[in-house]
Amino acid sequence: MLELIAPFFRQLYERTGLNFIVFYEPYEFGRFLNGAATSVRLIFWSLLLSLGIGVLGAWTQGARSQALRVGVNAYIQAFRNTPPMIQLLFFYFGLGAFTPSVDMGGYSQPLISSFTWAIISLGIFGGAFNIEIFRAGLEAVPEATQEAAESLGFSRWQTFLYVTLPLAFRISLPALTNNLVSLAKTTSLAYVITVPEMTYVLNQVWSDNINVPEMMLLLFMFYVLVVTLLAAGLHALEHRLALPGYGQ
Amino acid sequence: MVSPFRIDKSPIEARLSSLLSWRHGVCLVLGCLASMAVAWGQSRVNPAVPSALATLVIWLPFILKGFALNLVISFLAMALATLLGIGLGLIQISLHAVVRAPARFITHLFRNSPWLVILFVVMLIIPVEIRVPTGGKIPIPDWIKATLAFTLPVMGNISEIVRGAVLSIPTGQWESAEGLAFTRSQTLRWIILPQCVRRIIPPWMNWYALLTLSTPIASIFSIHEAVANAQGAMEAAGARPEFLFPFYLFLLCLFFAYIYPIAVWTRNLERKYPVGS
Amino acid sequence: MDPESNSVGCPWSAEQPIVSLRDVHKSFGTFDVLKGISFDVRKGEVICIIGPSGSGKSTLIRCINALTPIQRGSITVEGQEVNDPKLDKLSLRRKVGIVFQQYNLFPHKTTLENVMMAPLKVLREPKEEVERRARALIAKVRLTGKEDVYPGQLSGGQQQRVAIARSLAMRPNVMLFDEVTAALDPETIKEVLATIKELATEGMTCILVTHEMGFAREVADHVYFTDGGVIVEHGSASQFFTNASDPRTRQFLSQIL
Repeated sequence: MLELIAPFFRQLYERTGLNFIVFYEPYEFGRFLNGAATSVRLIFWSLLLSLGIGVLGAWTQGARSQALRVGVNAYIQAFRNTPPMIQLLFFYFGLGAFTPSVDMGGYSQPLISSFTWAIISLGIFGGAFNIEIFRAGLEAVPEATQEAAESLGFSRWQTFLYVTLPLAFRISLPALTNNLVSLAKTTSLAYVITVPEMTYVLNQVWSDNINVPEMMLLLFMFYVLVVTLLAAGLHALEHRLALPGYGQ
Repeated sequence: MVSPFRIDKSPIEARLSSLLSWRHGVCLVLGCLASMAVAWGQSRVNPAVPSALATLVIWLPFILKGFALNLVISFLAMALATLLGIGLGLIQISLHAVVRAPARFITHLFRNSPWLVILFVVMLIIPVEIRVPTGGKIPIPDWIKATLAFTLPVMGNISEIVRGAVLSIPTGQWESAEGLAFTRSQTLRWIILPQCVRRIIPPWMNWYALLTLSTPIASIFSIHEAVANAQGAMEAAGARPEFLFPFYLFLLCLFFAYIYPIAVWTRNLERKYPVGS
Repeated sequence: MDPESNSVGCPWSAEQPIVSLRDVHKSFGTFDVLKGISFDVRKGEVICIIGPSGSGKSTLIRCINALTPIQRGSITVEGQEVNDPKLDKLSLRRKVGIVFQQYNLFPHKTTLENVMMAPLKVLREPKEEVERRARALIAKVRLTGKEDVYPGQLSGGQQQRVAIARSLAMRPNVMLFDEVTAALDPETIKEVLATIKELATEGMTCILVTHEMGFAREVADHVYFTDGGVIVEHGSASQFFTNASDPRTRQFLSQIL
């Protein structure tokens, strides 16, 4: 693929001085692709973890144990009201200092890499918001509808599975979309714990090649593209799941 | 089709805050104390060298001075973003499509970009000093550039909030104003915008909190705010690994102590002024 | 009708009342809503409960199918004690169907799916048979052609008829109607009442809470007037509306009729 676009960008550089070196030099191209792949993987896993935590946390709302509910509330408040960047630093440097290292024969590598810590930290951060969103969605399902299901003989679990959950999910979707898109953008903060995602990689490229404006533009476009795709996908899901006849 | 299946139309955000209570603050403070105890326990190895906790106490004023810069940046950025955002929001609802489109573009551009990327762009593109036509040079300190960088995404979001608030005022208001011979700008000034103020305040406060929670990003550019100062303190005190946990935990607690009351206040305001009232 | 035996230890025979309430008391916190309600319903009877708002009519209905627990007294449905802490709710709800004022259809399912859902998921009956019965019920409430439409796209009256079909799909022996026409406009009220009347003439035991006095007079076998949590007066429909004896009843009727 590089062979196709390389000539164009090389000419662009020669004629206009706009240096998109990542598109005509194999080494830089490799770095660019790695950065993109790392970013996408980081976004995917953090979003997934945050969704999982969101579902679990919302489920505990109905738990009998008071300690569990207070614990979840405390977790939500702690992670919503503290800076995500400091959370990343705390997880990687603060907690990372306690994790054991693996002897790789000559050097030792920490058991949990910076990439993994980033996923953990960002997932926990996003999860705090998702719990609130799912809770609000569950609460918004009219009790009367759940009663109707109960009156038809559905057990509590069946009512939850077939009636409450599908409706709560549809109700939560707009707020969930906002939050997931926001989390995808926040993943760029993984830069501070040297995760080689897009921001970090392009930073290295422009340090080496002094083509700051061009690489900035590329960085911008990358995130706009990712955010647009993610938002479009979730909006399409919203459309498909919309309750016909119930307005916007 | 009128139907009794009513989904609560009040915004999900208004119901999002769970039970905020002092218990959460107590939990975090206890957690902080517990970790301090751990750090203190860890550091009993060499009594001649001050413990991590003692080091933290020594460097506390320095870190707090950095935090003050975080707050200054947050106030300035918020003030500027509010002014610009309201203006941009009003332009977005203008009747002239010519100005509407660029306003929408700018709003969406800054809402959809990561804050770190915006910061990079602003820090590297804006020059270190500008030459005044009369011959002098005005230096632009780094933290001013950072403030501007933080202003931009918040401006985009406030623009969107203002637009949404104006659109949520029932059309009946516009119609009755027209019937009373108000011009469009008079309607906005005397009738629409005053009603919007209540709806705007909770999301506005929410964005202030988000802005403040993002100011640590400036530390990447060696701006001497709380995180940078804390990291510098750790370096100066010998860069020992047992500093990491308590120092970063302290930073978390510091921001929590400032933001949590604001969040509670916002929540109370939301309760007092529910949308649709 | 299903010949199944439906209760624990107390076989029911057709001579006994199908629904029986004895001294039922219900309170919400300190507020007493039902203060000693007793009556019997025989199989195939149509009972109308009327009264001013707040007299406890809706609460009464909801107690019969165990949506709300009672504090004192006893309610039996086909011999099964509703107030029993070890109540098998599923077997109760197979006997008693309820239709609500707010229809409460499942908005994320089509009409057909709404009607089919409970027999499929709760009773685990085979799909083809459930579908066949569901379509027949939808035809019965005169909504053929609306099987694949979502509730949000139906009018109030149509939704209410789907709700009736949905409850009938569980083959209950008693149907409870909680002010089912109160949320409808006048034209659509007729179509719903027609459906209920059909059910009554086919022999379904119906307990209706309603404001529709004309309907009550036409269809009911027995009318109960509640006020302040007790039954003030009751009688056969013909006698009740013309010859009410209690002054409270007369005052209420004069305001309504």
